[in-house]
Amino acid sequence: MQSIISIQGVGKSYASGFTALKSIDLEIQRGEIFALLGPNGAGKTTLISIICGIVNATSGKVIADGFDIARDYRQARSQIGLVPQELTTDSFETVWHTVAFSRGLFGKPANPEYLEKILRQLSLWEKRNAKMLELSGGMKRRVMIAKALSHEPSILFLDEPTAGVDVELRRDMWEIVRELRENGVTIILTTHYIEEAEEMADRIGVINRGELMLVEQKTELMQKLGQKQLNLYLQSPLESLPAELAQYNLTLSEDGTQLTYTFDAHQDTTGIAQLMRSLSQLGIDLKDLQSKQSSLEEIFVSLVHGKDV
Amino acid sequence: MNLNGVLAIYKFEMSRTRRTLMQSILSPVLSTSLYFIVFGTAIGSRMGNIDGVSYGAFIIPGLLMLSLLSESISNASFGIFFPKFSGTIYEVLSAPVSPFEIVAGYVGAAATKSLIIGALILATARVFVDYQIDHPVWMLGFLILTALTFSMFGFIIGIWADDFQKLQVIPLMVITPLTFLGGAFYSINMLPEPWQTLTLFNPVVYLISGFRWAFYGISDVNVAVSLGMTFLFLLLCLTAVWWIFRTGYRIRH
Repeated sequence: MQSIISIQGVGKSYASGFTALKSIDLEIQRGEIFALLGPNGAGKTTLISIICGIVNATSGKVIADGFDIARDYRQARSQIGLVPQELTTDSFETVWHTVAFSRGLFGKPANPEYLEKILRQLSLWEKRNAKMLELSGGMKRRVMIAKALSHEPSILFLDEPTAGVDVELRRDMWEIVRELRENGVTIILTTHYIEEAEEMADRIGVINRGELMLVEQKTELMQKLGQKQLNLYLQSPLESLPAELAQYNLTLSEDGTQLTYTFDAHQDTTGIAQLMRSLSQLGIDLKDLQSKQSSLEEIFVSLVHGKDV
Repeated sequence: MNLNGVLAIYKFEMSRTRRTLMQSILSPVLSTSLYFIVFGTAIGSRMGNIDGVSYGAFIIPGLLMLSLLSESISNASFGIFFPKFSGTIYEVLSAPVSPFEIVAGYVGAAATKSLIIGALILATARVFVDYQIDHPVWMLGFLILTALTFSMFGFIIGIWADDFQKLQVIPLMVITPLTFLGGAFYSINMLPEPWQTLTLFNPVVYLISGFRWAFYGISDVNVAVSLGMTFLFLLLCLTAVWWIFRTGYRIRH
């Protein structure tokens, strides 16, 4: 696939000596939903801000849709829409005016039909004459999206789109993002909610302390790093783990009724068959069993902490 | 050239003016009217002419300049400071607009507003005092040039200020005293030495003097010098704005 954004060796250091981003290299594919995942202060917003022209990079370059963001900033920025993390709006402006302002600012002639279309799409049409200060947080977030889409960008950045948003609205937001993608918009979102990345992204980049730690297809990432667990519920409790089972990666629950076996699902031999035989030989009968794949959250925690140690 | 972008900023700023009509237009007109009543009509009627011009008429250019300077600075500084303060500046910074276009939008709107106020003050002055304008084209030229220059100066202050106090400090602590001491209410020839010479270091003297010449053909300093000083100040402001955008000072880190 052709990349729509090419980030080449982008770094950011401040005069105070703080390095927000070490040299970042990343290619975003046209039409994908890319999630940039990382804890607070990891450098997600800094990276987005550089691409959008709000922050100057100390080193490296970014090409957006074939245009250098510094040299050909007009063409590059015309392609980009940004929904920032903070709900920064002009409180006294109406929804309609603030969205029309954004379209004009990005150099597009007025197009009331198009604005009506996006306001309807975002369920904002009824509120078009309301002042921003009269809107709920969720509605404001939708207006921010409408502003970002007002100039018909092909790339949309969503910085923590569902931070502080209730569950229902979060689901709505995901739906909106999917629709946008269907309309051909490339979406880059930052989040520290694993659930969000897991739910929406095609690919995931994990960023921590200004370093891009990995970039993977979501499914591959989960497969690659996914540890599986097999929970074995015992017919009768064990007092301790028999010595014959010491070779397995097993833990016994406190009440002795459950054994948990952790294994790598992608190894040729998971050891499950052997474990079952050993249990049978020891006369340990099973009531039930259940296997569980580790979530992205667990993967993420192990990555971030693995690096820290 | 992103003309739609410039217009978007300009219209946004002008609609802010419409929303705050009382504060932004009526209040400066009212306060200047008070000056006309007190100094022009009440006290002025007991004072003799200055250079053949009645005192009430003599102070019109100075008062107009006082309003023009303070309004230009406060409009433009607030116009750019507030988006910085509220965070909405992100949109302007991420838009395909050049520094020149940003300045044109904000400064153009602030200067327009100052010119509207100037015109209203002139119309109001007519109610209290009889005056003439000898050189209307020059008067308009000085008016536009000063409004533009000081709106740009205000833009710089708005970029520099990182709190509300800093926003106020230059207009209140620097511009107002300089205007009062710059011959708004008197001819500098009325000052004893060394004050007369010292006053020449006050840039506002040149603005008021040139402006008064456009009204009555009388001036404290040569009108060419006045014009030169106004252009010099405009050039300084342009240089500062150019440097701000080149370095990203206080806007793009």
